[in-house]
Amino acid sequence: MRIVVAVKQVPDTSEVRIDEERGTLIREGVPSILNPFDEYALEEAMRWRDELGGSVTVVTMGPPQAEAVLREAVSMGADDALLLSDRAFAGADTWATSHTLARAVVKMGDVDVVMTGKQAIDGDTAQTGPGIAASLDWPQITFVGRVRELTQDSITAERYVEGGCEVIRSSLPVVITVLKDANTPRLPSLRGKMKARKMEIPVWGMHDLGLSPDEVGLDGSPTRVVRIMTPETSACGEIHRGEPGELAKLIADYLLGKEGE
Amino acid sequence: MASIEVREDTCVGCGVCVPACPFGAISMEEGLAAIGDGCTLCGACESSCPYGAIIIRTEDAGKADIARYSGIMVLAEQRDGVVDHSTLELLGEATRLASADEGPVSVVLLTSDPMDWPARLISHGADVVYLGLDPALSHFRTEPFSKIAEKIIREKRPAVVLAAATTTGRDLMPRIAKNLNTGLTADCTELAIDPETGGLLQTRPAFGGNILATIVCSDTRPQMATVRPRVMKAMEPDAGRKGRVENLDLSPDDLVSRTEVLQWSPLEEGEVDITEAEVIVSGGRGVKSPENFSMLEELASLLDGSVGASRAAVDAGWIPYPHQVGQTGKTVQPKIYLACGISGAVQHRVGMQSADRILAVNKDESAPIFEFCDQGYVADLFEVIPLVIREVRRRRS
Amino acid sequence: MNYFLSEELNDIREVCAEIAEKYIIPVRAELDEENRFPSEIIKVMAESDLCGIYIPEAYGGSAEMFGGGSMALCVATEELSRACGGVAVSFAANALGAMPILISGSEEQKQKYLPDLASGVKLAAFALTEPEAGSDAGGVKTKAIRDGDSYVLNGTKQWITNGGEAQIYTVIAQTDPSRGARGLSAFIVEEGTPGFSYGKKEDKMGIRASATRELIFEDCRVPAENLIAREGFGFIVAMKTLDRSRPGVAAQAVGIAQGAMDEAARYASERIQFGKRIDSFQAVQFMLADMATQIEAARALVYSTARMIDAGEKKFEKESAMAKVFASDTAMRVTTDAVQILGGYGYMKEYPVEKMMRDAKITQIYEGTNQIQRSVIASAVIKETASGSRK
Repeated sequence: MRIVVAVKQVPDTSEVRIDEERGTLIREGVPSILNPFDEYALEEAMRWRDELGGSVTVVTMGPPQAEAVLREAVSMGADDALLLSDRAFAGADTWATSHTLARAVVKMGDVDVVMTGKQAIDGDTAQTGPGIAASLDWPQITFVGRVRELTQDSITAERYVEGGCEVIRSSLPVVITVLKDANTPRLPSLRGKMKARKMEIPVWGMHDLGLSPDEVGLDGSPTRVVRIMTPETSACGEIHRGEPGELAKLIADYLLGKEGE
Repeated sequence: MASIEVREDTCVGCGVCVPACPFGAISMEEGLAAIGDGCTLCGACESSCPYGAIIIRTEDAGKADIARYSGIMVLAEQRDGVVDHSTLELLGEATRLASADEGPVSVVLLTSDPMDWPARLISHGADVVYLGLDPALSHFRTEPFSKIAEKIIREKRPAVVLAAATTTGRDLMPRIAKNLNTGLTADCTELAIDPETGGLLQTRPAFGGNILATIVCSDTRPQMATVRPRVMKAMEPDAGRKGRVENLDLSPDDLVSRTEVLQWSPLEEGEVDITEAEVIVSGGRGVKSPENFSMLEELASLLDGSVGASRAAVDAGWIPYPHQVGQTGKTVQPKIYLACGISGAVQHRVGMQSADRILAVNKDESAPIFEFCDQGYVADLFEVIPLVIREVRRRRS
Repeated sequence: MNYFLSEELNDIREVCAEIAEKYIIPVRAELDEENRFPSEIIKVMAESDLCGIYIPEAYGGSAEMFGGGSMALCVATEELSRACGGVAVSFAANALGAMPILISGSEEQKQKYLPDLASGVKLAAFALTEPEAGSDAGGVKTKAIRDGDSYVLNGTKQWITNGGEAQIYTVIAQTDPSRGARGLSAFIVEEGTPGFSYGKKEDKMGIRASATRELIFEDCRVPAENLIAREGFGFIVAMKTLDRSRPGVAAQAVGIAQGAMDEAARYASERIQFGKRIDSFQAVQFMLADMATQIEAARALVYSTARMIDAGEKKFEKESAMAKVFASDTAMRVTTDAVQILGGYGYMKEYPVEKMMRDAKITQIYEGTNQIQRSVIASAVIKETASGSRK
């Protein structure tokens, strides 16, 4: 069983603070971490590898320093790692990211399952997993809370959706996106850390993947960020006083979303 | 390939761009902005520069024939034939946007049993209902639903395609967008039409809600977005609205799926994990009794949310421990946290401070929770909450 | 202070810190309240390869990677103790139990027992103390009588850390009562040996996550090959074991003190009285300054001692004792001051410092009370003076 886990290096958003005066993000001192949701995908992959044999390869697309999250994954027990890095990859949206990752999966060959976290905590899009599946024309099971069974030719997984749980079976190869319900990720081991420190991690760029500039990075991205703002936050908020009936209306406005714009 | 450039003749070295970079990739070198390796070409600096000294260049990659696309298409979501409320919200938003755009508001409904929904979708703002009817469409499955949607989008060429940012919408839309080679923005909380370009301005929270990013898809069509449920407003249904229903021709090939749904088990009452809840109605010492918690439960269930509690309420035995939020309970990150009769001690605060929005109802004007909530209401919860429940019911009906 | 630890020792610290954060801190109050052994956490430590850090590679461990086992054990124990002294001692007691085999065991004994300890499949415990033999090891009453190919053990061991949880016990017993301490011998006893049972589990003041239990031997027949070294070497084996383990107790004390200091400093920065953070008051500042200084001095002494052992120094009885005395007295003082800084909150179980103060106390008592340690230090000083040697 060859499982590829697609991971992402993200800023620890729980550490991001806002400069109230300038209305900007304070990035200083914010650590870069392995996207927490990807840890669940990695753990799920390793559990099935431990049971069925085979290997787990972690892959990420990012700048050279994104290698750090690959080493972290290896310290937790991944067998191999692969970095997709090229100046041309910069500025990729989820379309270009999934396109690039999918191409790497094709080039690796003989991959049975691609697993990734439900979403990354910086963008929260949850689009890369299905995007990879679409690029590969593989089936997908998203929002997986539990993998019930994985065999040489099929997977059965519980998909946690609004109001319930679907049990889905799919043929292989397949793309799975994993929720934190799936497992408890193991911690890095001492031997893993030593292996990770020494491991040579191959780097594939645009040409290695046979991609052209107009299908990667910013040029390959249909979407573009045009403005970034900080949401209005009032440190002490608004305090309302008055008739209970009036207050109830204000609360309901808030709970039910914006009023007639 | 794309590139970023600092124009040395224009840059005055004011440093505004340094903190504007979400990736910390800009530094000041010899009085000029210098772009480092961490740059992802996100464009935040470009818009922050007061002097227009930072420029991102992209290569024009043969623009799609944008003029051939018009109208807004909504992908409906149904379970057991019943259309989800989020679909009605999207129709409401689509009609609002369509007044700035030309072309019809359409909705794609794939189901095994339409009931009276095509007519109701029209009364909620649809001009056209594309109805795909087949027993195989009773339950959502990625492949048939995305294949059929893709086909109809290629054929009808809407300028905008919207779906709810539910597990269904977020499963389906990225697949369609990838195959159509077009852009998709996830979990939008605000949509608008750019008066200059006519393009869709898609605004969404990112970085754990720390920032709001506005995203455009300028060169490809359709412009696709998933939209957070309960943010947009459905329109008042108008039974007199005119619209038409078009039945889709489905081929056996459209219905092929490599995945199958073996089982569907709806959640039972009380099974909801509060850490996953998007809305939490939480009670503290001020709730005073276990019976009074049922009032909070009622409001929570109206909002598809869960009930939380402070340690004081749990220790008093009014509600079981799994509901406890705070230092010794769970840490939650809902979109809305409504704290009722909770003073807001730091032990509670650490468990809920990362909620997107904190609302607080408390009689005691000096309660610490009023120092960090977003919206505070100085009132007796026993007077206000029943009125909130009534108000929510009234608006939903 | 930067001790320029090797990358490998830093790995140990990071792995332990992560275990502390994810697995220990969330449950430490519960383990303390319920007097519950942290089996799950020990399993995580085993999966993280921590159980073999003091055992040579030849027996499945990785001690060589860290330049010997002493610093490795100290770094691990300190970091774990920062979160919970009870969990940390449950880990460290394995090394104590294994130490007699490591120091004096035969090649066969090492091959047979150490790999399972290194992998964490089995746990170990060291059994010396008895109701009438604490500081005075010569008072050991448990007898081991040679009978053909085996020894027959009779007696009771008391307050054995990891008792009832470990599978491998190193037990000190009398083979020749006429010779007092020189009649003691060390044995390996496996769980499940007929005649070997557990007595009551103690209800302790602190380190309540750790298991402390009686071992009962009633005509317990142990194969003669389980004798460590030779008859009559038990006292020496025990003393050498304790000399090596005392830096571990000292590291535990440093960790507990650091954990309490972290809590106190954080609290002092958040607590507002008279309109100001209380860490702006000199009364609190001076307490924090003394705490930090004493902890650093203790840590420096512990690390120096451990490095000395790893470097191959044969005589470190005095330094071991000094590290243990100084670090444990520091832990008691620092945890008491931490409770003081937190005031009323510090006295309540909702905050962790009261537990840290209870946990700290044992470090002044076990593996040789601080009074005994001072005697050891004094006699070394007197001997050095008499022999004119300069240290």
